[in-house]
Amino acid sequence: MTATSTDTREVMRATDLHTHFPVKGRGLIPRTVGAVKAVDGIDLRVGAGETLGLVGESGSGKTTAARSILMLVRPTSGTITIDGQEVTSLSPKAMVPVRRKAQMIFQDPYNALNPRHTVGTIISAPFKVQGVVPKGGIKQAVLELMERVGLNPEHYNRYPNEFSGGQRQRIGIARAIALKPKLIVCDEPVSALDVSIQAQILNLLRDLQREFGIAYLFVAHDLAVVRQISHRVAVMYLGHIVETAPREVIYSTPLHPYTHSLLSAVPIPDPQRQGRRKRIVLQGDLPSPIDPPSGCVFRTRCFQAQEKCAIEVPPLVEVAPGHEVACHFPISVSELPQRIEVEKPAVDDTGDAPAEIHFIEPGPPH
Amino acid sequence: MTATGGTADRPFLTVNNLAVAFPTEDGLVRAVDGVSLSVEKGKTLAIVGESGSGKSVTAQAIMGLVNRKAAKVTGEIWLDGQELVGLPQNEVQELMGSEIAMIFQDPMSSLHPFYRIGDQIAEAIRAHRKVSAAAARKETMEMLRHVGIPAVERRIDAYPHQLSGGMRQRVMIAMALINSPQLLIADEPTTALDVTVQAQILELISKLQGDFGTTVIMITHDLGIVADVADDVAVMYGGRIVEVASTKALYAQPEMPYTLGLLSSIPRMDRKLPERLDPIRGNPPSPINLPKGCVFQPRCNYWERVPDGACKTVRPDLLESDPDHFVRCLLKPEERQQISRDVQQVLAGSPQ
Repeated sequence: MTATSTDTREVMRATDLHTHFPVKGRGLIPRTVGAVKAVDGIDLRVGAGETLGLVGESGSGKTTAARSILMLVRPTSGTITIDGQEVTSLSPKAMVPVRRKAQMIFQDPYNALNPRHTVGTIISAPFKVQGVVPKGGIKQAVLELMERVGLNPEHYNRYPNEFSGGQRQRIGIARAIALKPKLIVCDEPVSALDVSIQAQILNLLRDLQREFGIAYLFVAHDLAVVRQISHRVAVMYLGHIVETAPREVIYSTPLHPYTHSLLSAVPIPDPQRQGRRKRIVLQGDLPSPIDPPSGCVFRTRCFQAQEKCAIEVPPLVEVAPGHEVACHFPISVSELPQRIEVEKPAVDDTGDAPAEIHFIEPGPPH
Repeated sequence: MTATGGTADRPFLTVNNLAVAFPTEDGLVRAVDGVSLSVEKGKTLAIVGESGSGKSVTAQAIMGLVNRKAAKVTGEIWLDGQELVGLPQNEVQELMGSEIAMIFQDPMSSLHPFYRIGDQIAEAIRAHRKVSAAAARKETMEMLRHVGIPAVERRIDAYPHQLSGGMRQRVMIAMALINSPQLLIADEPTTALDVTVQAQILELISKLQGDFGTTVIMITHDLGIVADVADDVAVMYGGRIVEVASTKALYAQPEMPYTLGLLSSIPRMDRKLPERLDPIRGNPPSPINLPKGCVFQPRCNYWERVPDGACKTVRPDLLESDPDHFVRCLLKPEERQQISRDVQQVLAGSPQ
């Protein structure tokens, strides 16, 4: 699994990346009155042939980050290099050759394929756009790609609506790997699929990585899926990266209270073990990214929060090789009580009232 | 317990041989084909399955939401001694919202976007009970507080779009429970929510179930949620129940190869990382053109172990394998159990 992860060459690096969306006021000439800080200063690095899992809940900015990296959304500031080339300064036209190296797979296989194009047309598009003629001709290459991703090459002339969700995702994958890119950004590639099909697609992505040495930036909310495919994991919350570490570390010895909360919230398909797990029940939802909390963005829902958290933004600090945490009061698994309930008095989701926290010490497993 | 068919002690809800078929241009879609199940009062039954398995249609049929002009519904649904399938539409309507309530995956589909949430809940009260507007509002406020809506005095006059997804789901739960229904059907109630919010909503449902003694049918595709909340589980595939047992028994020893396949194809955080996942091959069957024999046979790894290729021609019945553990499979019980043990052993490994 980790055979390719030690490769130190970088295919992508994003530095101090900000992507803000302006919020317009009312009136005849709407003025910009604020900004949705979807991505608010993150650093990401993906090595050749490795998978970086980017996890977070909806509104965390993970999808915006992914789209910014491919310049599908123009970042507000920061730099992005893809295979050594700085891309934020490039015009859309100048970006075209870069797209040979970096492709994308989308969440919804129904909307990502043109319903009026046949599978053959869809998969051959990258060759035509980039003016690449593979050996043996485009059609031959497309048929081989279809075979490789597990589609029947006889279906070359069929339309997307004749395929199931899993097969459509295979079409999207064939299109993405057509030009042998160095990086594929996968935005929730399996979350729209049935569980029995998810595993097929995850296995396929991984086989392709081994075969072609493709690096993935794998954006997902499902922590079990991310664990299966990633070499390293970065956890996002409200536009910031709060913790990043090699896979084994993030799942066994996380330190950020938010990572703990996320991990404890995933239900485990084992009724006996489920009852014995440590539980952290957060209250409320993500605060608004238009007006994020001062200091640490997680402090309004955090069970570790203290005064300092409202004043000082915690920097992302390396605590062990490759393990970085942005928290003033990190906590290890063994220090966690059996159950934590974070209760807030009746305030708005963005409210600044201090959280009321109940620590319930370990009792007999129920 | 989930014995099929009625038993002497009369479970609270019994479904006998339920079938729902939709005539379409392409042929008859047998969405549900012979489903029997029962739930005891105050318990939670989970119905698990993938898209197209018939789990949602089963729930809609129990709820009386299947359009009888568009579909043919046969079989029996007994709720607390009353048969529902043969009941005229207006009497079913009477039960909806008072005796049986349902919550959906997408709260926006059951909340009216133009009305304030408080008014919508109050309307649900006054549709079924003779209560003054003021009393209904007071009751609404209490219920909203009960489901954990902050700043109720202000939120009661909010429109659905002003609330977050988790809050809307709470409002829908409040609306569903306002007339203290005896049966709550939750169709993928947390699928659209984030995990941390999902955890809150699941805790809320089980807390309210404790408070009101509600019987719950939880429809889900997530085997983790089932393990968390359900007393009993029914696994559906191709419009049928293929396995049903207590949650504990089902997870300890899944017997139907489909259940086994599901449990081994999901990535799990509680087990050592497998080199590869072990997916079920192929795709689910089309409900128009179901296989002649066992509906799972084309994807099954074990059908060749049954003599004479019987799986291709014989539709197996749902038979008792262990006490209160029913399986629809032609493999011999001992053989199935051995397969289950072997697969589980490979998967298990040591927890991290």
